[in-house]
Amino acid sequence: MSARPIATTRSAAGLPTGRLAVWWVVVSEIVIFGGLLGSYIMYRLAHDAFAEQAAHTNMWIGAFNTLVLLTSSLSAVLAHKAAVSGDGPRAAKLLWATIGGAFTFLIVKSFEWTNEIQHGFTITSSTFWSFYYCAAGLHALHVLAGAIIMMFVASEAAKNLELHRVELIGIYWHFVDVVWIFLFPLLYIAK
Amino acid sequence: MDDSVHATEHTHVNYVRIWAILVVLLGVSVAGPMIGIKLVTLITAFGIALVKAYLVAKNFMHINVEKRFVPYIVLTVLVFMLLFFAGAAPDVMKKQGTQWEKPSWISAPAHSPAAAHEGAHP
Repeated sequence: MSARPIATTRSAAGLPTGRLAVWWVVVSEIVIFGGLLGSYIMYRLAHDAFAEQAAHTNMWIGAFNTLVLLTSSLSAVLAHKAAVSGDGPRAAKLLWATIGGAFTFLIVKSFEWTNEIQHGFTITSSTFWSFYYCAAGLHALHVLAGAIIMMFVASEAAKNLELHRVELIGIYWHFVDVVWIFLFPLLYIAK
Repeated sequence: MDDSVHATEHTHVNYVRIWAILVVLLGVSVAGPMIGIKLVTLITAFGIALVKAYLVAKNFMHINVEKRFVPYIVLTVLVFMLLFFAGAAPDVMKKQGTQWEKPSWISAPAHSPAAAHEGAHP
């Protein structure tokens, strides 16, 4: 009898259950972030004060973090490619590069937030800043969660174990990237 | 589509090329506001965001070689988001409608930290 968890060996609706579960997570997350961003757009269109407040965000920091996430998505998908070809150690190295991107993103974000808070822009300053910290904070939590999960996946992949999980964490990571692709113009460009 | 086909489809994509296109699009979205025309900014910011999201979903998430029901579920959820927007937006964006008027304490936007502390959040 196999000792592997049933989720890694079973298929449902034509998909391995692990991948089906990740897509289910992604769809659920679309509702969470979609509701948040949809509400932000409503307020942004209705109140000009949002544009005045958005003028205080730093587009270059946002652009740099976008570049970091896009690059981390590249390393995640290359890790998946390595896993497909059975090269676990290479997949693990590429996942660690992705984790590096995640922490670069978070460090830049923490400096950015520190600067903004020091200038008096806190979560209670106005509705714009409430949205800003909630949306970017929720996204940053997803980045952190993805990085932590990726550490476990990479340590297993380095031993050529559970390589299918490289794809699963990759799908999640690309979704986190897509969310930022929409957050960037909303919070940093539309001023 | 079975998993072997799913895996084979992945290997044909030049991921570095896709990444390079995404970086160029990022450059365009950053340069857009510098022109100073609002319509151009909207197109370069949000139009390009849609293109970038499509490229990531198609080439990195491989949603195009996934079982057909996966993109359909994703699209269904996005439609639900549009319904949410259409249903809630009038309450947020309009000051009055048929047989209703928004109270002044809701419609007043918070411009400053001081206004926020006085409970004047929109």
